[in-house]
Amino acid sequence: MKNAKFLILRRIVQILILVLFFGGNYWGWKILLGNYSSAYVFESFYLADPYAVIQMTFAGVILATDIYIGALIIVLFYALIGGRAFCSWVCPVNIITDFAHWIRRKTKMNQADIKVPVKRTIRYWILALGIIVSILTGVAAFEFVSPISILHRGIIFGFGFAWTAVLLILLFDIFVLRNGWCGYVCPLGAFYSIINKISIIKVQHTHDKCTLCMKCVAICPERQILHMIGKETTQVKSGECTNCGRCIDVCDDNSLKFSIIKFKKNK
Amino acid sequence: MVMDTNKKDMSRRNAVRKVFQGAGFLGIGGLMWGGFIDKAKASDLTLRPPGAIDEKDFIKSCIKCGTCVEACPYESLNLAKPEDDVPIGTPYFEPREIPCYMCPDIPCVPVCPTGALDIKSVTTQNQETKEEKLDINKSKMGIAVVDTESCVAYWGIQCDACYRACPLLDEAITLVYEKNERTGKHAYLKPVIHNEICTGCGMCEHACITEKSAIFVLPVDIATGAVGNHYIKGWDKDDEKRVKDAKENESEETDGAMDYLNNWEDLLDEER
Repeated sequence: MKNAKFLILRRIVQILILVLFFGGNYWGWKILLGNYSSAYVFESFYLADPYAVIQMTFAGVILATDIYIGALIIVLFYALIGGRAFCSWVCPVNIITDFAHWIRRKTKMNQADIKVPVKRTIRYWILALGIIVSILTGVAAFEFVSPISILHRGIIFGFGFAWTAVLLILLFDIFVLRNGWCGYVCPLGAFYSIINKISIIKVQHTHDKCTLCMKCVAICPERQILHMIGKETTQVKSGECTNCGRCIDVCDDNSLKFSIIKFKKNK
Repeated sequence: MVMDTNKKDMSRRNAVRKVFQGAGFLGIGGLMWGGFIDKAKASDLTLRPPGAIDEKDFIKSCIKCGTCVEACPYESLNLAKPEDDVPIGTPYFEPREIPCYMCPDIPCVPVCPTGALDIKSVTTQNQETKEEKLDINKSKMGIAVVDTESCVAYWGIQCDACYRACPLLDEAITLVYEKNERTGKHAYLKPVIHNEICTGCGMCEHACITEKSAIFVLPVDIATGAVGNHYIKGWDKDDEKRVKDAKENESEETDGAMDYLNNWEDLLDEER
């Protein structure tokens, strides 16, 4: 496959993490125990889903220190280095939503889209609502409905009816809304979008090389962030960029690449 | 000018409308979400791993990572799937399938990152050396209950499967001997559970020979009653301390204890 370097790299990382978790449960590997909500790494320290920890804290419980440290490590990693890389390099739901988007492109579904009167900002409201409902019900609200958790628990601990969550996201993304789950609904993605502002790795667009083929915009799961295409040489600054690298893959003109954040304004 | 202010007015009104619309959407979403969770978190009959804190706090504190499930060498623990009748993603066990085998090193508890499984609740301290030691016998996963109707030992048939299976042999379950009056020459060997010792491991439930187990573990809250402060063991000095916590009962009736035998006229039907 040409033009799929980052796609293949991402799938390898995603599946490798899944296999490590899976091996932790079924084959007794000690590399990654637990799951994406909280992982016990080499039986020495924990990592934790920061949004889950925030919800649990608002639900009114003081947790053990391990879990706060684990959440802090994750926040610092993505806030300073990876950006929203969790979504495209780690989260297993990404494989489903990318597949849905691929079907959409192959069937040219995007051209026949019904205009849906919702904005992508709705995810930030769902993020806030998750915290409010956590306060009201006294339990971590999103963790009780999250198809992300249902999916990774399903893969690692036995599937059961978890496939319904997979089907739900797949159908939603194919038929209801383009990039619907990751781009409009998911509060975890919204959370990483917020903490993503100063992260080091950003996509750089070079205007001079661009031939305006718009392949990058067609493939981008968050197309609104590529507003600079054909206009100016700058970095993708939006926190909503998942650093998936698909735009770089499909660009035939070498006008997109990963780069280190520049704080000075480009001319 | 007039048109301009009108337009401004309209857009302002629309902005206000949009705010209300948004608030309405959030309200509806929040109510549905909250309503669903209220049902989904009901877990009265769930048996938790050893060392689990009080169920209400457990459900708040568990991050659903399944590290305890992976630590269990007997695969007793499951992580609730969507179709299980247990709050999703939380660990539980079903003794009839696989009971808790009471590992002395309790591998499931120390790995818990959030404190939902509390290591202190399964630790004892040596009085002299102050040395702390894990003690699975301190765990309180539930309490076993016997259905005396379906227990064949209560019929008079000899069976002590639960008694033998119990890891706290002759402590948590004892056999009470009684004469079988029906045959006149046999004895009943009735299993009786001692709540304060039973850990709820469920090895008895697993061992029970009846089609559907006649002895089964229930969560502590479900399996126990509460006396309240009206009754005190007068012969027990410790129990008498409970009176201190007793509150005065305030009742709506102010007459106090009415002497109904001397005021019997009130009790008659007026028509007669």
